[in-house]
Amino acid sequence: MMSEIEMSRRGVLAGSAAAAALVAAPQVEAQPAKAPAPAPAPAPATMPVSLAVNGKRRDLNLDTRTTLLDALREHLKLTGTKKGCDHGQCGACTVIVNGERINSCLSLAVQHQGDEVKTIEGLGTPDKLHPMQAAFVRHDGYQCGYCTPGQICSAVAVLDEIKRGVPSHVQADLSARPQPTNIEMRERMSGNICRCGAYSNIAEAMAEVAGGEA
Amino acid sequence: MKFDTPAGTNPIDRETVVGQPHPRIEGPLKTTGRAVYSYENHEAAPNAAYGYVVGSGIAKGRISSMDVREAKAAPGVLAIVTADNAGPIKKQGFYVAKPLAGPEIEHYHQAIALVVAETFEQARHAASLIRVDYARAQGAFDLAAARAGAKPHQRQPDVRIGDFDKAFASAPMKVDATYTTPDHSHMMLEPHATIARWDGDHLTIWSAQQIVGWARRDLGNKLSIPQDKIRIVATYIGGGFGGKGSVCSDAILAALGARAVGRAVKVTLPRPLMPNNTTHRPATIQRVRLAAGRDGKLVAVGHETLSGNLPGGGPEIAAAQTQLLYAGANRLNLTRLATLDLPEGNAMRAPGEASGLMALEVAMDELAEKLGMDPVELRILNDTQVVPGAGPGRGTSTDPQSASGNQGKEEQGPRPFSIRQFIPCLRTGAERFGWEERNPKPGSRREGRWLIGMGMASAIRGAPIIPAGGRVTLDGKGIVTVESNMTDMGTGSYTIIGQTVAEMMGLPLDRVVVKLADSNYPEAFGGGGQGGAASATAGAYAACVKLREAVAMKLGFNSADAEFIDGDVRAGNRRAPLAQAAKDGAITAEDKMEYGDLSKRFEQQTFGAHFCEVAVDAYTGEIRIRRMLAVCAAGRILNPITARSQVIGGMVGGAGAALMEELAVDKRFGFFVNHDLAGYEVPVHADIPHQEVIFLEETDPTISPVKAKGVGELGISGVAPAIANAVYNATGVRVREYPITLDKHLTQLPEIV
Repeated sequence: MMSEIEMSRRGVLAGSAAAAALVAAPQVEAQPAKAPAPAPAPAPATMPVSLAVNGKRRDLNLDTRTTLLDALREHLKLTGTKKGCDHGQCGACTVIVNGERINSCLSLAVQHQGDEVKTIEGLGTPDKLHPMQAAFVRHDGYQCGYCTPGQICSAVAVLDEIKRGVPSHVQADLSARPQPTNIEMRERMSGNICRCGAYSNIAEAMAEVAGGEA
Repeated sequence: MKFDTPAGTNPIDRETVVGQPHPRIEGPLKTTGRAVYSYENHEAAPNAAYGYVVGSGIAKGRISSMDVREAKAAPGVLAIVTADNAGPIKKQGFYVAKPLAGPEIEHYHQAIALVVAETFEQARHAASLIRVDYARAQGAFDLAAARAGAKPHQRQPDVRIGDFDKAFASAPMKVDATYTTPDHSHMMLEPHATIARWDGDHLTIWSAQQIVGWARRDLGNKLSIPQDKIRIVATYIGGGFGGKGSVCSDAILAALGARAVGRAVKVTLPRPLMPNNTTHRPATIQRVRLAAGRDGKLVAVGHETLSGNLPGGGPEIAAAQTQLLYAGANRLNLTRLATLDLPEGNAMRAPGEASGLMALEVAMDELAEKLGMDPVELRILNDTQVVPGAGPGRGTSTDPQSASGNQGKEEQGPRPFSIRQFIPCLRTGAERFGWEERNPKPGSRREGRWLIGMGMASAIRGAPIIPAGGRVTLDGKGIVTVESNMTDMGTGSYTIIGQTVAEMMGLPLDRVVVKLADSNYPEAFGGGGQGGAASATAGAYAACVKLREAVAMKLGFNSADAEFIDGDVRAGNRRAPLAQAAKDGAITAEDKMEYGDLSKRFEQQTFGAHFCEVAVDAYTGEIRIRRMLAVCAAGRILNPITARSQVIGGMVGGAGAALMEELAVDKRFGFFVNHDLAGYEVPVHADIPHQEVIFLEETDPTISPVKAKGVGELGISGVAPAIANAVYNATGVRVREYPITLDKHLTQLPEIV
């Protein structure tokens, strides 16, 4: 619950902003004729960047504001990686960079000079599915399919993390090797939202692949 | 083809392909990133410019001035679309709020501009340079405070049967409780997105649309473009849940932006705009009054619901299902609508039932406890095989998103349900869940630090059927291609329509090609109101009947005798390969399924029962769902894999509604504060255990020859109250204000010692 102080501070701030807008209005209406035209803004800064995407070197010259996600989707036309929120809140943009999964919307492409980027397109193809992709199809671990590439990239990386002994907070014993249990995988997958609600099936797909690996 | 008498035996009943657990046919595309969603169609628009939407900073009032000069001068900017230069936009269609505001503002984050630039980064930056001054007006943002001005709505007339007040007053056992449900956001993973391209005066949009026909109608009406000059393509849709029911600001502004710059424009709504810019499930305040004799038989059933909306918007029809679920001679059913200046409320997965059962089914739990009766038995005792009273139905058949297909007209005599396996759902669920292990005394089962509780609730959701068509083509290789403007937003349409055609033509599923979601294909409604599966497969059935006739004629068979089996056409001792019929050229057949009055003669509904077990941390009040079971009776299950996914998905949505989902309203400035996926909490992997779904054997011959109904909205209806009842059973604390977050029961939890 909001404290009294916090409440009143927010109220004051909001109240004064609204008041300013009301007062300013008449002046603004009179302004356009007098105001000088804005100076032309400088062209956006660009930088070259080379990525190894799914094993293939890709050289790009990008607006430095371009995220890794948009570099993949808009520049390399690798649209398997999805934009769900663009704010690191949903996991749809998950890719594997140098062996670690990341939210590609939260990092700029130019931060990744020389990096190895693996996307959903690099895991398998419709004719030659990666075991995790095949398990998702078998267990119906998706519905609309929009979060699916991120779920699959995360799922592949999660099993690798467990194999490498990376701990999580649901482990009873942090010094013991983590195991691919249902709750362990669910905890580690919780950054990947599926609004269609395929979680139960995704857990089964992962369990099948984890069992096969064990 | 007209369907006006209950279906007899037909090829679908063989269930060699239909009803079989085929994995989704588009699965390999979706899991490899090859399924192309609207915004991703680089091939259709290789040179598209980028549009970025600017949302209003006030909820109500007007724009006193907008300075776009700096934005216009920013690098890469091609055009800025505002109300000043957009031309007229008519206010008609499924959504009532205007897709582009100015100077009047109807709601917070209503679009006020689209900046079009060469790149996304340039458009986004330029959007931040637009200076807007507003004259803010007073608005109504508090549902409870707006109650005094609330009115009835034509969409849901009042129902008064018997003498409710007298029966309620004199009954020995009663519950009178008020429940609140908050505003919910669809939050589908794919944001609203569109690419628009003009070719002369012809407009094509690749756009995430659940109902292609509505999108074309509304886009045409709003922008005054003849419908035959518009094409809508929605091959893959990244979730909708009602929120992509027709064109939103992304589609309208992409079309206007593309016209302004003379090239294709792509627009996606930024996630933080979604809850306030688009629609949501409106909050409700519901009063439920139930009165029973000591034997548990209901004598008075009262349900009153209040919701709010923008002027012209509709109510949340949250009380209507109560008329259909339980018996009881004296009834009161009132729906009230207040005017609010919050963003538009509209359809979200099981509009009506999802919210209404969150109140009714907790009230039933409260009544069962007062009676000292098992909650399952109370529901069984009050079953009804006819619609109680001769009351009006609900909604209109043209608005299946907002209500089931029943007409509002008065009927004479009791209307029977077409089929009602409500009691079998309850009994099967109780048995399979181990309901007898539930301790009726709340707060009495403990496992270490956890308080354990079990709860259940009934589920009911309308089974609308809407006229739909299809076109099927047989080629010389024996491949049948089906085309329909039905959509697949994860619902399984590609697969079940393919299965329907395969069954009808006697082919394996891999000999059928399914093409959907293009307005160039025959009209087949779309995804909404859980009417899509039943309607579109019936449309495909009608087209296949025609194709079978054409094939039989070509091969010289009497079409009435011809059987289509294993790629052959057979009659008597003759047989010929299906492909032979197309050896001189492909054969195409098109038809539409239309309906008589069966949906008026029979009350067509889907039924279910939800069971849930929760653990509540005795120290912190944290709630964990441990087990969930749904039992569904929903006509023929066309594909048990995709149907099950629809149901478990609904159960996840219900878990969100019960435990976490709430758009927090800033009642001073009139907007939803937590307008992104960080602030608006939805269930994640860690929240959802393994889920069980049981489908009861059922076919409904009054629906269509396919005898199928939808399940996607039944899956969410009744889930949240089952969880709420389980939490109560665990803690003994009844929380009537959703969502049930730990702060609402923490101080009243049982003593820890």
